[in-house]
Amino acid sequence: MRFERYEWLAITIMISLFIFVGFIQGWSVSLVILNMCIVSAIMTMGVNISWGYAGVINFGVMGFLAMGGLAAVLVSYPPIAESWQAGGRGLGISFALLVVLVIAVMYVNKTLIQKRNRYILNSLIIFFGILIIRHFYLNATHNIEDVNPAIAGFLGGLGLPIIFSWIVGGLFAAGVAFVIGKVALGLRSDYLAIVTLGISEIVVSVLKHEEWLSRGVKNVIGLKRPVPYEIDLQNADWFINLITYLNSSKLNNIIDVSDRQQVLNNLIIDGSGIFVKLSYAILFLIVMLIIFYFANKAQLSPWGRMMRAIRDNETAANAMGKDVVKQHLIIFVIGAAIVGVAGAMLVTLDGLFTPSGYRPLRFTFIIWIMVIVGGSGNNLGAIFGGFVIWFSWIEAAPLTTFIINQLTTGLEPTNVLKLHLLDSVPYFRYLFMGLILLLILRYRPKGIIPEKVRHS
Amino acid sequence: MIDFLNSIIVLLNFIIIPGISYGSQLALGALGVTFVYAILRFANFAHGEIMSFGAMITILFTWFFQSQNIDLGILPTALLALPIGIIATIILCIISDKFVFQYYRYQKSVPVVLAMVSIGVMFVINAIIRIIIGTETIKFSDGQKFIMKAKQFKVMTGLNEGLALKSSQVITILITILLLTFTFWFLQKTKTGKSMRAFSDNEDLALLSGINPDRVVFTTWIIVGVLACVAGTLYGLDKSYKPIIYLNLVLPIFASAIVGGIGSPFGAVVGGYVIAFSEIMVTYAYKKFFVYILPSSIEPTGLVQLLSTDYKFAVSFSILVIVLLIRPSGIFKGRVL
Repeated sequence: MRFERYEWLAITIMISLFIFVGFIQGWSVSLVILNMCIVSAIMTMGVNISWGYAGVINFGVMGFLAMGGLAAVLVSYPPIAESWQAGGRGLGISFALLVVLVIAVMYVNKTLIQKRNRYILNSLIIFFGILIIRHFYLNATHNIEDVNPAIAGFLGGLGLPIIFSWIVGGLFAAGVAFVIGKVALGLRSDYLAIVTLGISEIVVSVLKHEEWLSRGVKNVIGLKRPVPYEIDLQNADWFINLITYLNSSKLNNIIDVSDRQQVLNNLIIDGSGIFVKLSYAILFLIVMLIIFYFANKAQLSPWGRMMRAIRDNETAANAMGKDVVKQHLIIFVIGAAIVGVAGAMLVTLDGLFTPSGYRPLRFTFIIWIMVIVGGSGNNLGAIFGGFVIWFSWIEAAPLTTFIINQLTTGLEPTNVLKLHLLDSVPYFRYLFMGLILLLILRYRPKGIIPEKVRHS
Repeated sequence: MIDFLNSIIVLLNFIIIPGISYGSQLALGALGVTFVYAILRFANFAHGEIMSFGAMITILFTWFFQSQNIDLGILPTALLALPIGIIATIILCIISDKFVFQYYRYQKSVPVVLAMVSIGVMFVINAIIRIIIGTETIKFSDGQKFIMKAKQFKVMTGLNEGLALKSSQVITILITILLLTFTFWFLQKTKTGKSMRAFSDNEDLALLSGINPDRVVFTTWIIVGVLACVAGTLYGLDKSYKPIIYLNLVLPIFASAIVGGIGSPFGAVVGGYVIAFSEIMVTYAYKKFFVYILPSSIEPTGLVQLLSTDYKFAVSFSILVIVLLIRPSGIFKGRVL
């Protein structure tokens, strides 16, 4: 694909922002922001696919991210044998019973025609079924949570490399999205927004309180990384040689041997941190570019054209024989799957899974601001939005401190107003986000990099 | 017989009274959302923050009155500060309409765009609140805390179970009755109310009959401001004020409005109570109740709790989803005031 001039400009701006931060605040900070920007960009692309391509609103971003995070835990954490022994059978029985329950309800729905009898019988089956399942389930989960609660207390995972979880996270999120889509996609767009928001809240509260699954609010820490650890790098010969080679001119200027060793050690410690972050950045960048490539391909394909047709005029598309309901479901699931991949990557980056950290403000609304600001319907716009908004989210605090200090230079350092303002610096970022969203919606409603209208 | 009375008191104390007061708060909130939806035709995500803003102003003036040693005796000082909070909230609503929502109304934007805009407003108000008052939990209820303490009730009636009646609960219920009566009277009897109903029913027809849309919208924001500020303050008075709570409160409020039939004020009130009671009833542990009412041979051993209290929040959404599946238009068919 070819980029327009303003698109090249956008890419240049993104790159130069990181170089700027790298020189001002250090490369480590710059890379930390870059990594989160890439993850945000992937989330944004996920939302953009359902909203920008087909006009299907998805306010459940937080829930799909949490599902991706759960996948990271379940794939990478080593299995805990005692927990499986304590409660594995009970859990198995309760899940089997759940399947039986669902089949029974479906059978009743199929065979009984009279609506009232059907409702009564179904509610009876569900009520007693749940009572029986609860018995096995509560016993099993109780036993599991009792196994070594300080460090374990859950089933553990499969012990595979965490990088597989990126795919599994996508599948998990897609599964949840399929169920949500089946239930809710018929609703009008603003209802759908509220319902998806609510269901994502339910998903997160399940993850918070089902401790046998992922330790709930006790968090899972110490997930294995896909990249080397700093401490290993610092002792690896090739890495020391690399650092020595890169800084040879600087090191050769120092004559004293012990001084030189000291400087080299510092360089190695700094370098190892940067190396780790750089490896993450490269991994993430590969994922982002793959998704970007396929998202663009899909948008330009006949399928993408059909999606735009459905978005712009649902009735006409329906009349032309396109199955609108099915296509809405498909695109909702695809979008959610990409968000799930980003969720798994997020947990991989942090190395820990904290269900209580999933809040709608941070993980649903900010992502939506990224989509709107970047330009819905344009993948490059989505990436740009992800980068710019995350960048300003992080850099808002230093900027605000600077502005407040400038504005209050006349006041004494102990002035109540000044102290209060400096105390509330972290909250100014919400103000910036809101203002950016409002300004963009008002003066550039199609986003900074709008969708390209193609005439063919 | 005594056991039966005791069990009734248990229900009253732990389900009915808290349910009514929480339900009233939700009902007032949902009524505000429904007004915006019926007249301005969008889902206002900023409503929780508007409530929070009203409560914040009320708290600030409560502190001011307390520092001046002005109080209302046994009633909380917040009631004195409430009118000021209401005025501030109305001003906030009208400013946000003038500078933000009005433009999109004139452009005839689709509801989703307006919902996005309201998210922007939500962020801005959220930031203002946090910058002014921080994120700490604030308790601002003073005056007499209980109308009847559990102990007093036990002594008075000789029953085993106590019935506590917090003054904040009684105030909530009284103010809600007052406000609801006024709102419904206003809608049914006054000329402005009738023009609002006409506007929400059929905008074009209303315009043709000479109803001034700007006036209708203006009145709507005034009503929304009053309802939001009162709901926010009462919630803060009953539980405690914490800015982050109000963002979470938006979801049960939307659930109430939709369950009742969004756009229908009566539905919003009913929906509020439905959501509140189901949240409390599904997560309450009925052990004590059954111990009284059942013979001792078949007394339950467990807590007899359908879901743990952790899922309180999920309950309102499950109900929302179920209602939308079975009866998408809500209990009372909505869209018209």
